[in-house]
Amino acid sequence: MQIIVTGILLGGTYALIALGLTLQYGVARIMNLANGETFVAACFIAFWLFTAMQINPLLGLLVIAPAAFAVNWAIYSVLLKPLVDRAKNRGMLEVDSILATFGLLFLLQGLMLLVFGGSYFSYTFLAERFMILGNPFGLNRVVAFGAAVAIAIGLYFFLYRTRQGTAVRAVAVDPNSARLVAIDVAKTAAFAFALGGALTACGGALLSTFYTFNASMGVVFTMKALIIVIMGGVGDIRGAVLAALILGITETAVASLIDPGLTIAATYALFIIVLLFRPQGMFGRQTT
Amino acid sequence: MTLDQSEIRIGLLGAIAIAALATLPLFSQGYYLSLGVNLMLYAALCTAWTLFSGPTHYISLATAAFFGLGTYTVGLWVDHVPFFALVLGGGVVAAVLAGLVGLATLRLSGVYFVIFTLGLAELVRQLVSWTQTKVSTRMGLYVFTDFTEMHIYWMLLALTVAVFVTGWLIGRSRLGFAMKIIGNDETVARHVGIDTARAKIILFMISGAFIGIAGAISAPRYAYIEPPSAFNPMISFLVVIMALLGGTKRLWGPLVGVVPFTILFDQVSAQFPNHTPIVMGLAFLAIVYLLPDGVTGRLEQLRARMKRTENAVGEEKVA
Amino acid sequence: MIRRTFIALAAGAASLAFIGHAAAQETIKIGASAPKTGPLAAGATVSHWPNIQLWVSEVNERGGLKVGDQQMKIELVEYDDRTSAETAVQNIQRLATVDNVDFIVTPYSTGLNVATAPLIARYGYPHITTSAITDGVEEFAGRWPNSFWMLGTSKELAEGTAAALKKLMDAGEIGNKVALVHVADAFGLELAGAGKPALEAAGFEIVYEASYPLGTQDVSPIISQAKAAAPDAFVGFSYPGDTFALTEQAQIQGLEVGAFYVGVGTSFPAYAGRFGAVANGILGAGGTNPDDEKIKEYRAKHKEVTGADADYWASAVTYSGLQVLEQAIEAAGTKDREAVVEAIKTGTFDTVMGEVKFENNVNRNLWTVGQWKDGVFYGVAANGIDGAIEPVKKDGWE
Repeated sequence: MQIIVTGILLGGTYALIALGLTLQYGVARIMNLANGETFVAACFIAFWLFTAMQINPLLGLLVIAPAAFAVNWAIYSVLLKPLVDRAKNRGMLEVDSILATFGLLFLLQGLMLLVFGGSYFSYTFLAERFMILGNPFGLNRVVAFGAAVAIAIGLYFFLYRTRQGTAVRAVAVDPNSARLVAIDVAKTAAFAFALGGALTACGGALLSTFYTFNASMGVVFTMKALIIVIMGGVGDIRGAVLAALILGITETAVASLIDPGLTIAATYALFIIVLLFRPQGMFGRQTT
Repeated sequence: MTLDQSEIRIGLLGAIAIAALATLPLFSQGYYLSLGVNLMLYAALCTAWTLFSGPTHYISLATAAFFGLGTYTVGLWVDHVPFFALVLGGGVVAAVLAGLVGLATLRLSGVYFVIFTLGLAELVRQLVSWTQTKVSTRMGLYVFTDFTEMHIYWMLLALTVAVFVTGWLIGRSRLGFAMKIIGNDETVARHVGIDTARAKIILFMISGAFIGIAGAISAPRYAYIEPPSAFNPMISFLVVIMALLGGTKRLWGPLVGVVPFTILFDQVSAQFPNHTPIVMGLAFLAIVYLLPDGVTGRLEQLRARMKRTENAVGEEKVA
Repeated sequence: MIRRTFIALAAGAASLAFIGHAAAQETIKIGASAPKTGPLAAGATVSHWPNIQLWVSEVNERGGLKVGDQQMKIELVEYDDRTSAETAVQNIQRLATVDNVDFIVTPYSTGLNVATAPLIARYGYPHITTSAITDGVEEFAGRWPNSFWMLGTSKELAEGTAAALKKLMDAGEIGNKVALVHVADAFGLELAGAGKPALEAAGFEIVYEASYPLGTQDVSPIISQAKAAAPDAFVGFSYPGDTFALTEQAQIQGLEVGAFYVGVGTSFPAYAGRFGAVANGILGAGGTNPDDEKIKEYRAKHKEVTGADADYWASAVTYSGLQVLEQAIEAAGTKDREAVVEAIKTGTFDTVMGEVKFENNVNRNLWTVGQWKDGVFYGVAANGIDGAIEPVKKDGWE
């Protein structure tokens, strides 16, 4: 039982890491290798708000999320839009966006190194015991999980119950057809990219309450996010959440029952199996 | 086998270039030789990568897996088996892995293949680490040989030449012909009776084997081999980026990416030791926006433009 | 844009070369290559680079190194090796053959030190490592006679840990059940390999044992499994990220042990910053004698010059390695590398870590275990150094 609860909590953490990227990649078609850097930047800002201004990271989200939204909107319209316009097909855009965001990764990492230095950072926030079914868990993890659930539900309602959300989904499925039904594809893609960035930043701020981080760590989160996004099906929110939960439970089960040394191997093995049998993602429909 | 005029010319020029490159250790035993080794390593890796990824358009991030297996093959048995046997062994091990991967995955397309290969490299690294914790009380393997930078340079040069020759031979063979058709349109290829899966797997194995050999040759240079350094995912990323920068349509395309990139990377880290990432990031973005088709694409554009002016001038004369 | 960058680069290089030339008469050129980016950058930022900065500033403030009858200021040439062996090798080559530095300070980490050692040996530079910890040091010292090893062996560190726990057991503070976990990389594996027999020889029974992959921060299954085995002591040969995570989980899950030991990172000032009073009684790798006047002075200077607190282990060792180099150059009275290597071999050096003397190129005087006490990390076990305090039982997590 403890394994399942721990696993679900961990899954919530992973969902936070991956939800932003699934929007950026699924809708805006940008394979954002600098996603992890956005994540770590949010960790730093939450850290700074907490230690220098005594602002609770949960309240900090109110600052971090809009700021990340604005910054990512700017990144998309200045840096990535020209690539989208010049790409003749999806393959070209994929290659270009990999290269461009790789440059962005370096740039952001360098800026963080410059501002904060390269050492480890962590702070104590809600590192208290919280009992679930008689077992102790970290309250910060529980809070982060709660926030992940709230974000996922909010996102789900937005995408499936609002006009703008429907437009986002339409672009995710087929940008060309979306254009035919009078959706402003360029604007919707920019919106999705910015929203994805804001979600990633929220994830970072929440994770910073229980992770030790440093400026060079972004790529770790990018990899994890990529795995979850691909497993869940690109652009599929439900798939990403489910994939995150499955990974969390699998890792915890392997660590508890088999050997903690194999947790990451289990992640990749599971990922490879999913790719082999359902390359279109767990909920995806066969396209060919 | 018959060679036409231009092939003989290219061959001769190539031989002269190789001979010239081989003399580098006579001029520098120090820094420039080291830079040369790194250049040669990435030249071999990127060209080997392009053997497969050029014609198929599959972006493989499994370079680190093949490279690391080659390195580990040497690390594990260097005290028992002659080095050159191990170098070949590294190639064989990598080719076997490539074959298995190919069997399982080549029906995946586009980005799934990219992520799969990335996952594969990590999986192999995790399994190697874990196995070591179970069978040994130390993680690092030591590779001590009498090879110096000079020897490694020559070996990598020879490897690069071998990759080029192989690439050229493939281009002339039935396999190369098949790949050309597959690259243009896979459905057509299947209709004219080409076993597309088999062709791709063979090519992937050849490419993987060369990368494994490059890893094996590099092992003495590391001296101390650990999974994080042997299976460093940066290797995979750098190879893709340099190759794409150069352009993958021609066999020599990656080369024109490797040379400027390595030198730029090196200059930047020497001049701005504290701001390397920022300068690198900016340089990178500049490249993406200014050289959209890679260096070869730009060269070809220039050549086309020159031809046009030449023609224009010629026409004027006639008139 | 690119062309302009290149011109700027060339101009920068030219002006640097010019300055270097103009001042060549009275400076001594010291080269450094270590991670500023990549996975090991964080560790190097805490305990490596600040000490180089401090050392250079201290020496130059004094007027420079006294070489023969000349005072020479230090000119530092630094490169980032991006935590990659290829780049590290290339950096050493560049330092030796392009920058023509007079001396090279140690790279960071076991792997990068071993990868660069053959080259440094070829150029005959003294190579005083302060961050390499492995059981191979005797072999390496024989292989590269110019190399010196300050941080000891994993065996010494692991045996120190076993000895400190045994003290607690003999005093009747803890029982004999130990949970042992380690990170699956060179450091963790060697320490666990040496620590297990040492703990068993000391009369401990290992009730839970596990390894976890490098970079793991979700360790709650590990702590809960360890807890289920009801140990009296917990030993984790861990790295900074997991050191913090193991501690937090142990606190949250209320792992009731009389001794809680975690590896690298325990001695970081940020550790006490994060855990505050909870850190009291936690054991960790390394240690110093913070009451020692020299250490006190060193820590104050470190804070003043670099703006950050020194950690309680590798920082002081790194600094003392630089002091050894400094004193050896002054003793030899020349920039001649061979003479300086000889001076290091035979000399006795007065450093912040006390007296340092190499036996067959290996330093045997070192701290192995420390313990947090009221916001300060005290050494509780050492080989050949006085000033260790007695370890005490960890008293709960509240």
